[in-house]
Amino acid sequence: MRKFKIFRTLAFRIVLIYFVAFALSAAAIVAFTYSNTVKALNAQTDRDVSDEANILSDDYYRFGIVGLIDNIIARYPLSAQGHIYVLAHSDYNRVVGNLLDWPQTTPAGGDIVEFNYEPPRGHEVHRARGRIIQLTGGDYQLLVARDVAERYETEHQVEANLPGSVLLMIVLGLVGGALISHQLLARLDAINRTSREIMAGDLSRRVRVGRTGDEFDALSENLNRMLDRTERLMKGMREVTDSVAHDLRTPLNRLRNRLESISTGLDPDSTEAGAVDGAIAETDRLIATFNALLLIAEAEAGMAREALGRLDLRGVMEGVAELYAPLAEENNLALDIVPSGAAVVFGNKSLISQALANLIDNAIKYTQAGGHVRVSVEDTPAGIALSVADNGPGIAAQDRTRVLERFVRLEESRNSPGTGLGLSLVAAVARLHDARLTLSDNAPGLKAVLLFPPIRSNA
Amino acid sequence: MMRILVVEDDLEAQKYLVNGLKEAGHVVDDAAEGETGLALALSRPYDVAIIDRMLPRMDGLKLVEEIREHGNATPVLFLSALSEVDDRVKGLKAGGDDYLTKPYAFVELLARLDALMRRRQPSAVKTRLQVGDLELDLLSRAARRNGAPIDLQPREFRLLEYLMRHANQVVTRTMLLESVWEYHFDPQTNVIDVHISRLRAKIDKGFEHPLLHTVRGAGYMIRAQV
Repeated sequence: MRKFKIFRTLAFRIVLIYFVAFALSAAAIVAFTYSNTVKALNAQTDRDVSDEANILSDDYYRFGIVGLIDNIIARYPLSAQGHIYVLAHSDYNRVVGNLLDWPQTTPAGGDIVEFNYEPPRGHEVHRARGRIIQLTGGDYQLLVARDVAERYETEHQVEANLPGSVLLMIVLGLVGGALISHQLLARLDAINRTSREIMAGDLSRRVRVGRTGDEFDALSENLNRMLDRTERLMKGMREVTDSVAHDLRTPLNRLRNRLESISTGLDPDSTEAGAVDGAIAETDRLIATFNALLLIAEAEAGMAREALGRLDLRGVMEGVAELYAPLAEENNLALDIVPSGAAVVFGNKSLISQALANLIDNAIKYTQAGGHVRVSVEDTPAGIALSVADNGPGIAAQDRTRVLERFVRLEESRNSPGTGLGLSLVAAVARLHDARLTLSDNAPGLKAVLLFPPIRSNA
Repeated sequence: MMRILVVEDDLEAQKYLVNGLKEAGHVVDDAAEGETGLALALSRPYDVAIIDRMLPRMDGLKLVEEIREHGNATPVLFLSALSEVDDRVKGLKAGGDDYLTKPYAFVELLARLDALMRRRQPSAVKTRLQVGDLELDLLSRAARRNGAPIDLQPREFRLLEYLMRHANQVVTRTMLLESVWEYHFDPQTNVIDVHISRLRAKIDKGFEHPLLHTVRGAGYMIRAQV
């Protein structure tokens, strides 16, 4: 499929459309001009010979055959300018004229004829066009014609040049198409490139607007207006999360402070101290839940987009897996890292590490002793897949979407520690990175895959 | 004893912080907004400054930038109630040395202040660390206890190195996760404890006096037998 990609590009289509339109119009213009010119020239010749033939036939009727002959002879000097006169009997026997014989004529519409003849001084055969008039009452016929060799020559030349013209037309058509498409696409490309950079994080950037005010400038302006709006919204969102964070953390901080100062005044072994420590632990869980929710909100709002960069997922995987390896071993699980090459994505190291930690943490938590957890990074045609697969109990097919929602904890895990936000955070991190999170059956067990889009080479 | 500057606009939090630090034996000055904080920071030498990220009159970030522009290298610990993922990065870029999100545990704060102080003390570049009969050679990356070599994985080596550099100080789990693994998130399960117990098995097993101690409710400490 890939090698036909060029046929789908706009550049190719523009070149093709331009070329076809150019070729058709050029051919039409050439054909129209050519046939009109030929027609006009012939009409001119036809008028000339008709006028002259009429004059000569008038002479015949006024002065008789002798007058006509005199008149024809008198016009002999015009031979040099291609004038042809032949007077013959109706049986084509020549009486007088500047041709030796009555020529073999072919009709060319009405009493107009065309014929070939050999001019007196020259060996080439020339083409001529003229009119035959039957002179009534004397069984004579008169041919008045003009040499049209020059025009005929031109016609031939045009025909001979046709392949060259066609070639030139093709070249011009292709060059023109390429120029136009390059011109258009260069501007589209510039807009696309900037858009991608903006999507990748820097919301303060803008698409360059030209000065001509054309459609591309209008497009750029509209994009910029949309960006202004998005930037305002993001800023508003940030202010809201910041003030929510600040206004909740400040009282939580006081609460924790107070509990701590009560705790320090108590005998560590008293029941009161135990109760206060329990309250502190509960506060810490509250804080952890709040932090997780805030992080999810931030990731979903795309607020961390500015902190994205090129990141080798293999390094992330190895780091997190190494952090969890002793924990897995403690639980009698094999934590395997499937070796792979570098797999670069556009991402935030801290967030992806945390998402992966959540996945591995879950896998370790739910897989029975003796099982295994397999972590891998794969460069697939669809993108870069970061997977955590275990052979634990897995998640029933009907619950797989539900567990990604906030605070959803399945019956089986109600009593194990956790906020119920672990997978929601993974899902939010996936969305932030335009990655797809899928949970599937590892038969047996759960396979969680984060599929990151491949990095565009020109992004 | 340390001289500590506290710049915090939440007066209740400030009172608690100042009392706690005084009880821990430190000398504390306090300010409730940025400009007074800046004046104090520039007029007196402090061992460490605790500065809230959001302050009236002069933002915490700006305050630290100003201090640094005056050539003042007092270690700064930021306290923040903000939410942003990259807020920590901004704080460190502005010239902060450490960053703690509210709400925090007081032991965490104390441990970090100790670490900041320790970092500040001018010390010749060490190539060898020693705690009791435990030695760590930073050049050959070899560990020995009582002369017997201990086989350590690279990460275990870094963990031990960090603990030994902060010998006799409480080191919290978060500090270890941040310094040794460079992660700034809260792992749901306490993975650090497992790493510590493995390290403990390598350095303390079979010895009469353990060196690696758990400090209840706070973290860990490496300390020689007194």
